[in-house]
Amino acid sequence: MAEENFIAIKGLKKTFRTKDGDIEVLRGIDLNIQKGDIFGLVGFSGAGKSTFIRCLNRMETPDAGTVRIGEHEIMSMEKKELNRYRQKIGMIFQHFNLFDSRTVFRNVAYPLEIAGCSRSLIRKRVPEILELVELGDKLNCYPGQLSGGQKQRVGIARALANNPDVLLSDEATSALDPQTTLSVLDLLKDINRRFGLTIVLITHELEVVRYLCHHVAVLENGRIAERGTVRDLFQNPKSDTAKLFIKINSSFNHTEQWFQEGEGI
Amino acid sequence: MNTNNSTFWGILASAFSADTWAIVAPAILDTLYMTAITTVLTLVFGVLLGIVLVVTDKSGVHPMPVFNNVLGAVVNVLRSLPSMILIILTLPLSRMIIGISYGPQACIIALAVSCIPMFARLVESSILEVPKGKLEAAKAMGTTNAQIIFKVLLPESFPSLIRNFTVTVIAIISTTALAGTFGAGGLGDVAVRFGYTRFKTDILIAAVLVLVVLVELVQLAGDLASRYLVKKRFLV
Repeated sequence: MAEENFIAIKGLKKTFRTKDGDIEVLRGIDLNIQKGDIFGLVGFSGAGKSTFIRCLNRMETPDAGTVRIGEHEIMSMEKKELNRYRQKIGMIFQHFNLFDSRTVFRNVAYPLEIAGCSRSLIRKRVPEILELVELGDKLNCYPGQLSGGQKQRVGIARALANNPDVLLSDEATSALDPQTTLSVLDLLKDINRRFGLTIVLITHELEVVRYLCHHVAVLENGRIAERGTVRDLFQNPKSDTAKLFIKINSSFNHTEQWFQEGEGI
Repeated sequence: MNTNNSTFWGILASAFSADTWAIVAPAILDTLYMTAITTVLTLVFGVLLGIVLVVTDKSGVHPMPVFNNVLGAVVNVLRSLPSMILIILTLPLSRMIIGISYGPQACIIALAVSCIPMFARLVESSILEVPKGKLEAAKAMGTTNAQIIFKVLLPESFPSLIRNFTVTVIAIISTTALAGTFGAGGLGDVAVRFGYTRFKTDILIAAVLVLVVLVELVQLAGDLASRYLVKKRFLV
């Protein structure tokens, strides 16, 4: 398996046709992501982040371009084959999207049921994975009983249950408070380190990128404006979007400083 | 017995007399029989039809726009006809299928034809209430369409389905009463034949009372079941 680019995206294009005219969301994206990387894609609302990540597991069908994950050509797959390979692509969501009709145990068991795993395997694997996300005591709870952070942990457990090749995160921490965000990010970091799991995430929170990612790309008007290591981005931002992001981010930090210095407003 | 020849209290007392109930009691059985069979038919075919409507919609998991439009039109036509007219229209159908066009059995077909489209629309709206995000998550995990229906859509919409099923059973009871006028028998028949045509207000009261109790019981059962599920899932 090519260590260099585990995920290869070439010439990804997507245009949404609405009655008010066409909206070009992705205008040709080329990206390579290494195995074991935590890759972040940042951009403002409407930049096309969601469309991009949804193209990776073909939840959205691009107009042009290819996506390869490992040896799997996502765009040329038959529907059956795609469904089977989707079982190996974990995905977590901003609003968790857990099944209210299922207990925590059965939510995490869901992808295993889909994959046709035996009951005994499910009974063994689910508690294991819930232990990993520190929810070993919540097996029989319903999602309705959990806090936002706990729900996202269940979401992560569900995404990991079937030993995925890659984890896609669609704004997974955007609905969480800062403290909870931090604990979820720590969990993702830990999973990446322990299992070498490749994580692709999109976010509009620069803090998330700084805390978690190894590599980052900036999406601007449907194109990759720049890419590199997280350090590069913060030390030497080149694109307008990146500069603006860092400016906004640091002005928030200044506010914190004011409070710390006791100047108040 | 009616207000022209008896006092109100006299009628009320007579409504609970053995003579009255000798007429009403067999009618209760007829009504229960028609309601039960129609309910089973409506449940099975209504859920099926509802699922097909959702799945084949142009934004559904297996879009078949032309088929969906035709099916939707048929459902709408059936729903726009008053039950009374549907019953008259389907009586020849009963004669074809079971040989007679009167009695509880004959009316079951009419009742089912009139109640299935209604329940199908309610099933459709219940399923559409399931948040899109859950569907997305299921698809992203590689769920097939059949699995989406049975593992996601139906279980997730179950409390709402139960509420809508309750509404439907009550509608079935009231339609059986209507079918009574067309030779179906049952409580509606008794209420019309004795209460209306023969001015036997006491029998009318008894029939109405039974209908009220039936509807209340169904509503109570539906509410309890739905509330139990919502509580169990901590959705309140």
